[in-house]
Amino acid sequence: MGKREVTSALLTAIFADIHANREALTACLADARRRGAERLVFLGDMVGYGADPGFCVDTVAAEVAAGALAVRGNHDEAVGDLQASMNPDATRAIQWTRGQLDDRQKAFLAALPLTVVEDDVLWTHANGWAPGDWGYVRSEIDAERSLRATPYRLTLCGHTHSPMLYHMAPMRPPVAFLPPRDKPVPLSRTRRWLAVLGAVGQPRDGDPAACYGLLSDSPPELTMARVPYDADAAAARVRAAGLPESLAARLLNGR
Amino acid sequence: MPSIRPAEGVIIDGFRLERRIHNGPMSSLWLVSRDGDPTPMVMKLPSLAEGEDVSAIVGFEVERMILPRLTGAHVPRFVAAADLSRTPYLVMEKVEGQNLAEIADAAPLPPERVAELGARIARGLQELHRQRVLHLDLKPANIMIGPGGDAVFLDFGLSRHDELPDLLGEESDVPMGTGAYIAPEQIEGDRTEPRSDVFALGVILYELVTGRLPFGNPQRKAGMKRRLWKDPTPPRKLNPACPDWLQEIVLRCLEVDPYQRYATPAQVAFALQHPDQVTVTERGKRWRADGPLTVLRRWLRSGNPRWERKPPISEQVVGAPIVMAAVDLGNGVDALGELLRIHARRALDVDPQSRLACVTILKTALLQVESGVDAQGNNLYVQRLIALKDWARPIGLDDERVSVHVLEAVDAAAALIEYARKNQVDHIVMGARANSALRRYLGSVSAQVVAEAPCTVTVVRLAQP
Repeated sequence: MGKREVTSALLTAIFADIHANREALTACLADARRRGAERLVFLGDMVGYGADPGFCVDTVAAEVAAGALAVRGNHDEAVGDLQASMNPDATRAIQWTRGQLDDRQKAFLAALPLTVVEDDVLWTHANGWAPGDWGYVRSEIDAERSLRATPYRLTLCGHTHSPMLYHMAPMRPPVAFLPPRDKPVPLSRTRRWLAVLGAVGQPRDGDPAACYGLLSDSPPELTMARVPYDADAAAARVRAAGLPESLAARLLNGR
Repeated sequence: MPSIRPAEGVIIDGFRLERRIHNGPMSSLWLVSRDGDPTPMVMKLPSLAEGEDVSAIVGFEVERMILPRLTGAHVPRFVAAADLSRTPYLVMEKVEGQNLAEIADAAPLPPERVAELGARIARGLQELHRQRVLHLDLKPANIMIGPGGDAVFLDFGLSRHDELPDLLGEESDVPMGTGAYIAPEQIEGDRTEPRSDVFALGVILYELVTGRLPFGNPQRKAGMKRRLWKDPTPPRKLNPACPDWLQEIVLRCLEVDPYQRYATPAQVAFALQHPDQVTVTERGKRWRADGPLTVLRRWLRSGNPRWERKPPISEQVVGAPIVMAAVDLGNGVDALGELLRIHARRALDVDPQSRLACVTILKTALLQVESGVDAQGNNLYVQRLIALKDWARPIGLDDERVSVHVLEAVDAAAALIEYARKNQVDHIVMGARANSALRRYLGSVSAQVVAEAPCTVTVVRLAQP
């Protein structure tokens, strides 16, 4: 490696789709601290699917009290929304989750904003065009829709559980780039970027290791960090809680 | 965008502009100096004037991303950079030596010189590919031959790094490259093919050996596309001094289908360094370009070329290895020799374009002039060559995938290691004899090779009872 520019870079760790996975969240937080992350952002879906919603909400709430950012995901919203429409497994899990959380924890989730904007950066759970409608960014077409709907240079979201990076030059369609595991990707300032973070607590890209993002502001770089964690323990808790078997199995194969 | 007007004496971030050495449409190059730093350095300043080609900016961004990630003797060392939020620049160590464009001015060059230069460029290119970078704009002007003879590549503005987003990826309708050197698949917008650099290398070799460009210097896509069906005049027709093996190598690099070319630059270097091992096919013997009927047939078929989807660049680069089998033929082909053959086969099976270099050592005595002839008057060197070919035959490879080499050496391990280094071997497969008191005392060849080889080594040993 050559020399980097001399700057005081701020390193932000980004956690999307924790989904009540205590083991994955703990492992990712420890990894982020070890790598020197100074700031934390939680991109929604702290609960749902997994067996430790209380622990995960308390952990996020404590970080938010200490200055971290957090936005609301569809599962967080569904805790307080009895009309929420989800697939059968998710619905069963969210019904179970409601019984696990106390009023204070539910109030924390309900009070989270859908989006946060800092300078030219948009933080949101699902997309930029209608953050509360929970549409997915799964393609270059979706990415273009999101980028064209907002003026921000950088959009960071989650929701799909599969990491992907889209870049768009002026007057051009966006191009998808699958960020390699643990490799910093420079985010050139001459174009706009949309990063879909992989999931901390329920990866679906075929790699069961927990995924979180590390964003450096100078030079602007994003790393999709992967953290192998005790997925067997997390799956055992899902089973012990009586949640659907498929929710345990997918933690082990990352699908 | 804040921008400083470059002029002699202007200081940008501590770098003093001394002298402008190049002023092109995309960028200008300045010799720069810095207090307390004796390194000769060059600053590249992209052209950002109103109405300039936006690709100048993208090219600058691409080079700024890639250059700091490159190391080694074949690239200019990155020193510093600033991005477009300030005065954008890129500072790198000045590359000494001679530009290949100057060397090419004297073409046609003698075939041996072409092979030597070509091998140096190919070896450097292999190093580049090993660092997961495709150059994609190879031409003599972008290659320096350093004082030590190493090829150094310049200008990574159109390059592609396997682990970085391709900022030029959305421009897929416009051929990006230089008309004379661009590969057919690049004309169609494919920026993922390592063999595109092999094609450009073929154009350079052609130019060096004939003094002419194989496809002219078209500026428009339609003109560039002609190379998909119109094959070049064979080099030997233009320069009768060009041997058939060199023509074979040049024309194989220039195949339209990337999979018909050499799989890696290392394989081109290998061929250029071992002319006697090049299998000369019809390609090498050709005296004229294909007739109008054949060209017409290719033109009709070329309407919609589809380049296959390929594995990642990094996999492709390691995908077609040069496997070296170090065979001990002191006792003929024994059980260990047979086991070695099985393991060599396995190492080759990873890729249909892998190639095998069979090597054996002919021990020369330190203090006596080697006669090379045994008691019966047989030439030992030739005998070993025959024995080695015989060893390799059951592996069943096509002639062009296998070569045999007898190395005369005092120190077997050192000779094997040197051979592997020089030929950019990816994988050495060799045998080890059972332990013996004598071997423990002398040290084993395989142990030394394992310790010092520049690549993967598989040591094959017969199962011990």
